[in-house]
This record gives sequence, C-alpha cells and structure tokens, in this order.
Amino acid sequence: MSEPVAELTSGGGAALPLGVYSRPKGGGGWRDWVTTVDHKKIGILYGGAALFFFGIGGFEALLIRLQLATPNGTVVGADLYNQLYTMHGVTMVFLVIMPLAAAFANYLLPLQIGARDVAFPRLNAMSFWLFLAGGLFLNFSWLVGDAPDGGWFAYAPNTGVTFSPGHGMDFYAIGLQIAGIASLVSAMNLIVTVLNMRAPGMTLFKMPVFTWMILVVQFLLLFAIPVITVALFLLLFDRNFGANFFNPEMGADPLLWQHLFWIFGHPEVYVLILPSFGIVSEVIPTFSRKPLFGYEFMVFSGIAIGFMGWGVWAHHMFVSGIGPISIGAFTLSTMFIAVPTGVKILNWLATMWGGKIRLTASMLFATGVVSMFTIGGLSGVTHAVSPADTQQTDTYYIVAHFHYVIFGGALLGFFSGFYFWWPKVFGHRLGETLGKWNFWLMIVGFNMTFGPMHILGLNGMSRRIDTYSPGFGFEFWNLFATVGAFVIAFGVLCFAMNVILSARRARGLPPEPPDPWDARSLEWFTPNPTPVHNFDEIVEVSSLDEFWHRKWTTDENGRVVRRATAAEVCQTGDADDVHLPSPSYWPVVVAAGLPLVGFGLLYNLWICVPGTILVLIGVYAWVFEPPDDPDGPFGGGHGDEGHGDEGHGETEESASDESAPQEEAASVE
Amino acid sequence: MSEAIVTEAGEPARGDHDHGDHGTLTGISNNKLLMWVFLGSECLLFGGLISAYLINRSRFHTGPAPGDIFDIPFTSVSSFVLLMSSLTMVLALSALQRGDIRNNRIWLLTTALLGSLFIGGQVYEFTSFLREGLGYTTSPFSSAFFTLTGFHGIHVSVGIVMLMSLAISSYRGTLTQKNSETVEIVGLYWHFVDVVWIFIFTVIYLVPSPTS
Amino acid sequence: MSTDTAAVTHTEHEHPSDAKYVQIAILLAALTAAEVSTYFVDIGPILIPALLVMMVVKFFYVAAWFMHLKFDSILFRRFFVAGLILATVVYCIALTAFEFWSKG
Repeated sequence: MSEPVAELTSGGGAALPLGVYSRPKGGGGWRDWVTTVDHKKIGILYGGAALFFFGIGGFEALLIRLQLATPNGTVVGADLYNQLYTMHGVTMVFLVIMPLAAAFANYLLPLQIGARDVAFPRLNAMSFWLFLAGGLFLNFSWLVGDAPDGGWFAYAPNTGVTFSPGHGMDFYAIGLQIAGIASLVSAMNLIVTVLNMRAPGMTLFKMPVFTWMILVVQFLLLFAIPVITVALFLLLFDRNFGANFFNPEMGADPLLWQHLFWIFGHPEVYVLILPSFGIVSEVIPTFSRKPLFGYEFMVFSGIAIGFMGWGVWAHHMFVSGIGPISIGAFTLSTMFIAVPTGVKILNWLATMWGGKIRLTASMLFATGVVSMFTIGGLSGVTHAVSPADTQQTDTYYIVAHFHYVIFGGALLGFFSGFYFWWPKVFGHRLGETLGKWNFWLMIVGFNMTFGPMHILGLNGMSRRIDTYSPGFGFEFWNLFATVGAFVIAFGVLCFAMNVILSARRARGLPPEPPDPWDARSLEWFTPNPTPVHNFDEIVEVSSLDEFWHRKWTTDENGRVVRRATAAEVCQTGDADDVHLPSPSYWPVVVAAGLPLVGFGLLYNLWICVPGTILVLIGVYAWVFEPPDDPDGPFGGGHGDEGHGDEGHGETEESASDESAPQEEAASVE
Repeated sequence: MSEAIVTEAGEPARGDHDHGDHGTLTGISNNKLLMWVFLGSECLLFGGLISAYLINRSRFHTGPAPGDIFDIPFTSVSSFVLLMSSLTMVLALSALQRGDIRNNRIWLLTTALLGSLFIGGQVYEFTSFLREGLGYTTSPFSSAFFTLTGFHGIHVSVGIVMLMSLAISSYRGTLTQKNSETVEIVGLYWHFVDVVWIFIFTVIYLVPSPTS
Repeated sequence: MSTDTAAVTHTEHEHPSDAKYVQIAILLAALTAAEVSTYFVDIGPILIPALLVMMVVKFFYVAAWFMHLKFDSILFRRFFVAGLILATVVYCIALTAFEFWSKG
C-alpha cells in the first residue's frame, strides 16, 4: 500500500497552493481500485481484505491447536502462545467478522434500498482504507516480533507497561483505534444512507431484513465505538504518558477498563452476529419459497436485541467482584435478551416449515447457522446464570460458547451469503459440489473442534493456558479438537478452490442470467454482475419483497402463479446516461497518514509529523476537490469548501463530512 | 411510516431526473444528518471520559485534591466566554442566512476569538495546576482531569480551525448565502462543544469536589 | 427508532430573530451567574439539585435554540436525545457499579 500512496501524495500535494485539483479519471488496473468510491468495489475490497485476514487468523488458530494437541506441547513457547491467542481473537473479531459484515453491507445495502451509492461515497472509501490501515498496523506487530499478548479484551492492569513491557499492547490500542474510526465513519454513512437514500415507496417496513439488521448494527457501532475509543485512549495514555487510570498502586481501580470494554464489547457481540442473521433471513425464504415468517417480529426482535444489548455488559464480569446487586440485575437482563433471539430462531424454523426447500450450499450454510447458533445461544443462557458462570468463566466452556456463536452463527452466515450473492457480485455461481464439501467439512470440523471444549471446560481446563500436564483427562479431547481444526481448514480450502475453479470455469461464458435463485429483494432487479450504475432506473417500491411480487401473483384459488419471468422483470443494465461520483485520491491518503502517526507514538514522535501532514493534506484536498461534473446543477461554485480539521483521529469525520454535498452533486445528473 | 418523497422546491438539483437520483427521502440534508448522527455518538465519548473522571476524582493519592486546586472564579469567566461564543456563532449563521456576508464574517471571527480565549484560559489553568504540583502523572484524579478537559480543548481547537477555514473562504468570496448550511453544520459542532462544557463546568467544577 | 422520519416538518428555517438569540444568551448568562454564586453563598442541601437543574436548563436552551432542535426535523432531535439518554443511563449504571453515589 505504501508505494502508490507516496506517489499519489507527491503528485497531489504539489497542486495544493493553487487550490485546484482534478479528480482521477480511473484508467484501469490498480488505480481504479485505489481511488474508487463505488460502494460495490469497496464492498469487494472489504471482502478480499477480510478473507486475507481470515487466512492469518486461521493460521494462528491452527498453531494454537497444534500446541494444545498433546500435553506439554512444545510447538510454541508461552510468550508466543500469548501473542497467538490474542491476535487470533483480535483478528477474527475486528479484522474478519466486522469487515465481512461491512463487505456485505457495502455491496448490498444500497442495492437493497434501490440507491445508486451510499450517501457519502468518499467517506465510504476512507472507511475501507482506514480499516485496512488499522489491520495492517496491528499485524505489523508480528514483523517486529512484538504482537499484543494481553488477550483480545486486554484486561488492565495486565496490559500496563509493568506486565506487558513490549510494544504489543500499543499496537493493539492504536490499531483498534484506527479500525474503530473506520467503523464509526462507516456507521454514520450507512445510517444516513438508509434514512435518506431509499427508493420511492420503500418505507422502513418494506426494507429487507438484511438491511434492517445492518441498520441496527450501525446504530450499535455508532454508540459503542466511542466507548472503546475512550478505553483505548486511556490505555494508551497509561502506557505511554504515565497516566494512572488503571494503576492500582496509585489507588486507581482497573475494573474501569472492564466496564468500558464490555459496555462496548457486548453491543459488539451483536454487531458480529446480526449481519449474519440478516443474511440468513434473506436466504431461508428464498430457498424455502415462502415469505419470511413474521417479518415485523424479525425486525422488532432485531431492534430489541440492539436495545437490550446495552444493558447486559456486566455478565462478562460476574467474577470480578462487582457485588451481588449488580450480578443479580445483570443476570436478569441477560436472560431477557435470550427472548428476542429465540423469536428469530423460531421464525426461521417457521419459514422453512412446509416450504419447498432447496438444499443449495447457501441454504445448507443458513441451516447451519440456525442449528449451531441455537447451541451457542443455549450455552450462553447457562452462563447467564451467575452461579453456574462462576464455574464456567475463564474455562474452555466459554471458548466453546463464543465459537458456537461467532463461528457457528456469524461466520457460517457469511459463507451462506457468499454462495447466495456470488453471481450478483461476480456474474457466476460458485460450484455446488465443492460448496457442499465446503459446508460439510466445515460443520463437522467445527463441531469436532468446539463441541469437546464444553467438556474440557466443565472438567476444569482453563482458557489461555499454553499447555497442560498429562493426567487431568484433557488429552483425548484436545487431540480430537486439533483434528477437527484441520478438518475446518480443509473446508476453507474447498472454498478457496471453489472460488478459483468457478472463476476459471466461467471464463469466456456469458454471465449468469438474472435471478439465479428466484429471489425476493431489489438487488436482483439488476443484471449479473451488477453494472457500475446499479439500476438503469430506480425501482418504485410498493411492497416488501418487491422483486418477488413482480414475478409471482396468486390466482383466484390462492395458488401462486407466475406473472412474469425474471428476464422480463430485470433491468438490462445498459443505461449509459447515469452520472456517478468521480473517484478520489484523498480517502487513501488520509487513511495512510494515521498509521504513521501511530508508529510515531510508538517509536519516535518525529514520525508523527509526516503522518499528520499527510492527513492534513488529505482532508484539505478532499474538501477542495471539485465535483466531477462542472456543468451539473451543483457544479461551479462548490461552496462548501473551507474547513478541514487537524488530523487527530477522533473528530476527523466531523470535518470530512462537510465536503459531502459535492458527492451528492456528483451523483445527481 | 408514511412518506412521500419530499423534493425541496428550493433545491432544484434533487429528485427531478427521470432515471431517478432521488434526492433525500426524508427531505433532510445528508450533511446535516451526518453531523447530528456524529454528535449523538460524541455523547458516548464524553460520557465515558466524564465517568472516568468521576470515579477517579477522590483518588488524588498524595497530590492536590480537586477541591483544593480548582479556581472557580477563573473557570467561571472562561466558561462564560465559551457560552457567549455560542451566541456569536448563531449570529454568524443568522447573518449569512440573511445574505449579510460582512456580519457573518465578523461573527465567525468573533466566535473563533472567543474560542481562542477559552483555550488560552485552559492553557493558563493547566500551567498553574502544574506549578501547584498537579502533573498529568500525579494521581488517577490528575490523569482523568487532564484527559477530560484536554479532549474538550482539542474539540474546541478543531472548531476554531473550522471557523477560521470558513472565514478564509468567506474572504475568498466562496461563502455565500446558499452555503449557509455549511456554517450551520460547523455551528452545530460548536454548540455541541459548548453544551459539553456546560455539563463539565457544573459537574466537575461547581459540584463540590473532595478536598484533602 | 426513527419510525416516522418523513413527516417532514422542514419549516424552511423560520429561525428566531437575532434579538431572540440575544435574549436567550442573557438568560444563559444569568443562569451562569446564579450557578457561580453558589460557590460564594451557602445554599445548603439543595445545592447539587439546584446546580443540576440549572445545568439542564442551560443545556436545553442551547440545544433547542442555538442548535435549532426546536425548529428542525424531529429526526435530529431523536439522534441527539438517543445518544444523550443512552450515555446517561449506561454510564449511570456503570457509576452505580462503582458505588460512586455512596462513596463519591
């Protein structure tokens, strides 16, 4: 990433005194991708980057399992083991599941609401580059041999300089801070998009459930990210400037970290799972050939989960000494939150009930989500019971629980989405045979790996220990779990092969005809793959599942009969008079500046200087950038210039947002 | 929800194209909505910092206690200055909405000046605290205090930069009545920062703090 | 959440006059003076409630008038109030868990 950026800034920065900038025209190849503001390309970038980090996180997981396969394992030392499980957790949560959700949200959300792009395309691009910058910054710690080692939730005071003297936790704090800004900007952008950019007739309660769940997630991020921002700043100041927030020697209470982290962390759990719920709610009706059972219940239970997710955080802290009243209150609230989740499970089952089910790979993964998440949810209820949790906490039982939720719930959902929307994105399907291998290997391997962890945990095996002695009865199930982990790896390999082989098979063939699955929502109005302008003309929406209702109707006997073929309903994608926002150099420039500031904080404050300059140039050039179409109605005196702000990460978006009328202008003819 | 597409008559650019780049569905400007969404998020940021201060305010270790060190009369003056900058900010907006570019510029600069006075007061406060033995690393109380007020100060500084940028573009003739929304959005940010200070002034300074 | 966002009361900004703004500023200044006076005059046990009430009133006036929440789309108000309420509730619970109210 660093070379193109350097090149861009030298070119663009030189033009600064004149106050006139041209916007990139594209020109093919990598330039298109670096400067793109197209939500579809950004979605693909998110997906690609997330899968790259998925490879890293998966490799870390395999090393962990190899180390634990036998007693007194010697694959890695204790220190490296600490770094491995920390980075595995951080990577999978922040650099895989969240960006995968962002990938689907970016690509699909504008399409599902019938829009041409998000409300702020350049901010959208910046979100991606910031996420990538944060992810690379975090993983850069491996290269200096000093990865974070305090666990993904980084409890103080273990993460202070006394116990984590290296730079690892600084990489954690700064890397997550950068990725956090990305999520926050993206959340604000998508909220405005959903509220303001829907197609005519698309009321909130005609939006697909996926869009709804993404909206709920963005609200959670909007309000949760600032909390972890505070926590990470406090940690950073403690470590680097000698502050005393978590220093018990000075009388501070390190529990503050746990509260702040979990006030963020529990909504974050729903940030991880709800997008997958959304995907499943699209896939199951399509392959059951029935409308989603209880759409309003689905939506409201999603909203309810979003609200209640704010009132349960201390169930992560039952053994931290928060007192009986807190424990009682949080036990109750945690049990209540199981109710809306249960509603969702029941609704999916009721949707499948009596439907004409087609067990495609996508549908298999969706049913995998329903069943595996149910197991994870139930084990979750067992540690809502605080006395039981006292036994379970910090054992492998917890590890089993959250993998059933995050792997079995979130990740399988994204795989379901891959198989479902692949033709929409790339114009060809993924192979079904390999897809089924992919599913079965993953689900079997998954249960082999994480199922036994329930037993291990209840038998007393602590999480995060780097090895164990023989004779505790841990040997067999650990070896079993390690075998399972490699079965998962083969499943993922099947997916990778499927991607390559299906692309090769599709080469030279015409793209997939429209509507491969007899689907229901607006994105399928467009041909495959989606043309750059999305819709030839914006669809007028009159009902939920608009696309399906244009294809099917009921006759007088109440039977479903076809009213039009998909080819008749779908658009052709050949409109050529649509003006789209121009690409821009500056999102990537701004994003490149922040890691430099981060390195500066770690190694030498002078490195902050070029970083800050880069951010400042990026922000000001962004603001002064002309709209691409000087003859457009908003063109000419683009009057909103004139305020950027300093590149201190936190409030950056407050400045960049002001530049946005240009973008609207750009997307309006 | 019942909604018609609201195309604002005053903004011809939106919504009147046959291939349908619909304007905003709610009739609300994207930019203004973005700023409000952002401010909603900022509530949680300052809430976290204020909470971190509150639980640490009695933990002054061996250093000065908040009740001993706060200079209420001085802080009252600087709080008043910031409060009045909200008035000048809203007058700047009101001037531009009338098309009165000259007064807009004057009020923008006045706002920036008042903001700078406030920052100057904060710098003075910090240095006098330092002299009295309250450094950043002295105690959990001192860390929390400087972090909270420092974050607020950075927000004010960012606001000053935005105001100055607006003033510069006004001198260049690009800030006119039709971009009054830009001033409005910067104003929202500015008022928010003021409102946070109203909270901080009462809860951190005026509510009696522990003494040693 | 925003169920009825589009009942747009976009009243084309019938903003108050400058005189009105000045009046409000005077009110705010008076309240600030009253707040500060509590530092010099002992008003007993009502001190903290009085301070908080005055703070809320000031807060309200700036948000409602200077930030135009009184006149602008209800959607803006919802976002801001949502953030405020959420922050207040969540952090008050956290402070309670720290026994802040009893121990200070």
